[in-house]
Amino acid sequence: MSLLNAPTARRMRVTAVRSRNAASFRLMEMGLIEGAEVTVLRRAPLGDPMHVRVGDSELSLRNADAESIDVAPF
Amino acid sequence: MPSRSTLHPSDAPSAPSHHHATNPRAAAARIALVGNPNTGKTTLFNALTGFRRHVANYPGVTVEVAHGTITGTSVELLDLPGSYSLAANSPDEAVLLDALCGRIPGQPPPDAILAIVDASVLPRNLYLLSQVLEIGLPVVIALNMIDVAQSRGVAIDAPELSHRLGVPVVPVVATDPRTLPPLIDLLRAALPGQRTAASGPELPADLTRLRAALPAAPNPAIALRVLLDRDGAAPRAYLAAGGSRAALDAARRQLDDQHIDVAAEVRARYAWIGRLLDGVVTRPPQPVTTWTARLDWLLTHRVWGALVLALVLFVLFQSIFRWSQPLMDFISDRLMGSLAALATVALPEGAVRSLLVDGLIAGVGGVLVFLPQIMILFGLIAILEDSGYIARAAFMVDRIMRAAGLSGRSFIPLLSSFACAVPAIMGARVIADRRDRIVTILIAPFMSCSARLPVYVLMTSAFIPDRYFLGGWIGLRGLVMMGMYLIGVVVAIPVAWLLKKTVLAGPPPGFVLELPTYKLPRLRAVWQRMSHAGAHFISRAGTVILAVSIAVWALAYFPRSATTEQRVRATAVAAGWDESRTDAALQAEFARHSFLGRIGRALEPAIRPIGWDWRIGAAIVASFPAREVVVSSLGTIFSLGHDADEADLRGALAAATWSDSGRPLFTVSSALALMVFFALCAQCASTLVMIGRETGNWLWPVASFSFMTAVAYVAALLTAVIARGLGCDG
Repeated sequence: MSLLNAPTARRMRVTAVRSRNAASFRLMEMGLIEGAEVTVLRRAPLGDPMHVRVGDSELSLRNADAESIDVAPF
Repeated sequence: MPSRSTLHPSDAPSAPSHHHATNPRAAAARIALVGNPNTGKTTLFNALTGFRRHVANYPGVTVEVAHGTITGTSVELLDLPGSYSLAANSPDEAVLLDALCGRIPGQPPPDAILAIVDASVLPRNLYLLSQVLEIGLPVVIALNMIDVAQSRGVAIDAPELSHRLGVPVVPVVATDPRTLPPLIDLLRAALPGQRTAASGPELPADLTRLRAALPAAPNPAIALRVLLDRDGAAPRAYLAAGGSRAALDAARRQLDDQHIDVAAEVRARYAWIGRLLDGVVTRPPQPVTTWTARLDWLLTHRVWGALVLALVLFVLFQSIFRWSQPLMDFISDRLMGSLAALATVALPEGAVRSLLVDGLIAGVGGVLVFLPQIMILFGLIAILEDSGYIARAAFMVDRIMRAAGLSGRSFIPLLSSFACAVPAIMGARVIADRRDRIVTILIAPFMSCSARLPVYVLMTSAFIPDRYFLGGWIGLRGLVMMGMYLIGVVVAIPVAWLLKKTVLAGPPPGFVLELPTYKLPRLRAVWQRMSHAGAHFISRAGTVILAVSIAVWALAYFPRSATTEQRVRATAVAAGWDESRTDAALQAEFARHSFLGRIGRALEPAIRPIGWDWRIGAAIVASFPAREVVVSSLGTIFSLGHDADEADLRGALAAATWSDSGRPLFTVSSALALMVFFALCAQCASTLVMIGRETGNWLWPVASFSFMTAVAYVAALLTAVIARGLGCDG
């Protein structure tokens, strides 16, 4: 399942980061890598971007970037 | 390294002066403060240096780096830009690596690094640390926000972490000075010269081998960036310094064959961090619900969050207009009024008194009066930033900013641009994508900065009726002011969209933003930002604006021919005018024949359809260096020979008439048009210089000035025509 479609407030585990661009490298540097625990907290009022918790920190990332991150239930 | 010999071994406790004794060149030790954004880095810097920061622009890079001396020591601390990684995406991050490695001209490398890490987000903070350790300088770690970590039930064994890393780890709470002495003692007495390097991340073997083989890279940390950051600043610097492109390309081909990229580096580092923290960090079985989570529910809610954002922006605009009024009255009436009165009494009539009263006091006073508004605005922006709210605002508006082809990241520089475009254009460095950055820089001057306020305030208070609706809650003047702030935004969006579709077209960049824990803004830090902004404004008022005031006064005062005077006096005698009427007529004739008057008259055919005569044209021309100058220019042009204050100026403007018809010059429509013109024009030399410097292309400021002036002219004309059509002039 892609992070884009992950249910809100459910602990998930990152299984793969499929894209190789500046945004995905930055997301990885901030801890969104294979094996990391991620929870979708909410989506912005207009549906995009999304607010996630990764490990101890909270990030905002766009739907387009979330689409290339695969997750599975924790 | 030789520079490290100036540092004490860790077992040598010493007095503050001892450091100099061991250093023959008597150069103070320099410690660079590095860390992720939102870790309390600036708070720690202020606490260590006693809020005495000296902001310096490094030559050639113009990123502000604050310097200060650690209290009670001779150690110099450098506050470097916050970053998540040494991989440089933005110019800020490039400065970090360059400063750490001593590659900034005229700046020696630091002797040691003070790394601040946020204990409540420890793994991610250790990512940057793992890169910083590879630079090879001694490192001390300040483990900040242990209180926040504790409140979440997270416990950290700092001595064990220190033991495993081989560097000192000092728990601190940057906001609590009582927790700092152990860190200061360590920095003063015992900068560690040693580090056990055994425990670094296990990068892929090929990467380590190629990194070691890269000639001309000063240290392993830089070599890694040269290899891995394909479009980054490090490879550019490497090639510029004479590094071999062939060797680099060959090395990169080998990495490509092995599928080794930044992702491999990230995995290796996080694997190391995982092993490092195993047994060091203990977490509660269930995460604790934090205040930040509760606040976020409200503040990023699609209804309540949007309402709060609208409320915040509304308070921002109303408050700078209303709260500052008493202070403004004090400055203009008491301070400048008495100065002008004093000078008028003390000096004989003539060029010197005119220069002092009409040039100096009126010019600088007319600008100083806006100091309260600027400081209030910067104070509010500081509160929004320090509390963490501004990141939530960026999160909520990202989708909207994308309509203009930008990201929520541009929201922060653009919001700052409502205070002043100059720092905002510098602030655009946080935007990693080059095209987004340039678009943001180019539309930032459309946001109504504090320098427009003088024009808005003068025109609004003089010509917009003081009416209230809904039982006094909504004022017409406030609405007009809000309209002026909105018009820049309304114009900026299509401009940004057009730029992104044409000259700056490219793939959409990502938007990755940390949403930090909410923090209570610290009064002293907010005050520091306010006073810095105020001091900056005063120094501008004292230099550029003062020079312009005198130049404008001279342009308006000279030439004064005896022929003009004789002609006016002859007319006066013939018509039987009294002395004050003669004097007024004389001043008007002098102004009309002055250099500025001639420029204004040359412009009059173009601006007459808007409802402006040559005097307004002359004032606009005179305000090219800085918009706020238009107020003092108007003062000089309209009230020569009076001891002008703002009320006098309003009166003089209201009394001004067209020379041919005798109708009032300023009406609701011509005043609105003037406000619209100043909302959209590029009358600010500092902004134009900054655009050139930050984009690295001097065609941008030229294009920016031409385009904005054209837009401002057309919009002013439309405003005047529509307002007249609607019967606003009565």
